[in-house]
Amino acid sequence: MRLVSAMMIGLIFGLGIAVSGMMNPAKVLNFFDLAGTWDPSLAFVMGGALAVTIPGYWLVFRRAAPVQASRFQLPDTRVIDRRLVLGSATFGVGWGIAGFCPGGALPALGTGIPEAFLFVAALIFGLLLARAMQARSPAPKPAA
Amino acid sequence: MATDFTPWQSMGGGALIGLAAVLLMVLHGRVLGVTGILGGVLRFGDMADWRLKAAILVGMTMGPLVMMALTGQSPQMQIPISSVAIVLGGVVVGVGVSYGGGCTSGHGVCGNARFSRRSMVATLTFIATAIATVYITRHLLGV
Repeated sequence: MRLVSAMMIGLIFGLGIAVSGMMNPAKVLNFFDLAGTWDPSLAFVMGGALAVTIPGYWLVFRRAAPVQASRFQLPDTRVIDRRLVLGSATFGVGWGIAGFCPGGALPALGTGIPEAFLFVAALIFGLLLARAMQARSPAPKPAA
Repeated sequence: MATDFTPWQSMGGGALIGLAAVLLMVLHGRVLGVTGILGGVLRFGDMADWRLKAAILVGMTMGPLVMMALTGQSPQMQIPISSVAIVLGGVVVGVGVSYGGGCTSGHGVCGNARFSRRSMVATLTFIATAIATVYITRHLLGV
């Protein structure tokens, strides 16, 4: 049952990404192109997502524990450090180059389009590269 | 390459993304961050955890097919950039989200929804550098 619900949740997420326009690099890049062919649609994606998640989480966290697990697993770091800022800044540069973010590209694999596979392969390489770099200079544990 | 402004469709898709995030938290107690989920599948320690994350990823790839089944339309995908840019961007995104501890879904949706200051800083930072990058590539370099 755990795996069935996890797959259904992934499916809802992937459907949302597909419908929203987040898997269309032209649309994503236009969202960032304020001085050119600007398309503000993606602000509505984040708006729609937060409009559900903010009240949804508020309700969920009134529970003592999740339904299919023993406890909530939430990030415990609170520090805003160079690692967070420089990492996020780097992510934005890559997002602005490729027009795909991880959440846009993974569901896009289901379309069979070669560019999605190319991006995900490069993304995995980047994640493993960062992991190797972090292993050489230990610091607070990474998310990936 | 101009694209159509699609506020309702984008908001509806966003609401589904939010629904998925809420369901993953209420059922499994986890943040729906694609960086963390993909990163978890690239580790082979705890197999129960690995199977859960792999199931989420498999479900995600079924999204476009379900959209086609429900609406008769496949998701629009236009690629205005070269394969070199896709690969370069992919590697840079991978390094960045690893150090930054999350991406658009983990920080942008889940973290901001629980008013995490880290996620707010991360979100403003990656949107700002993405805007700067597109300005440089399109308007200064003319790629």
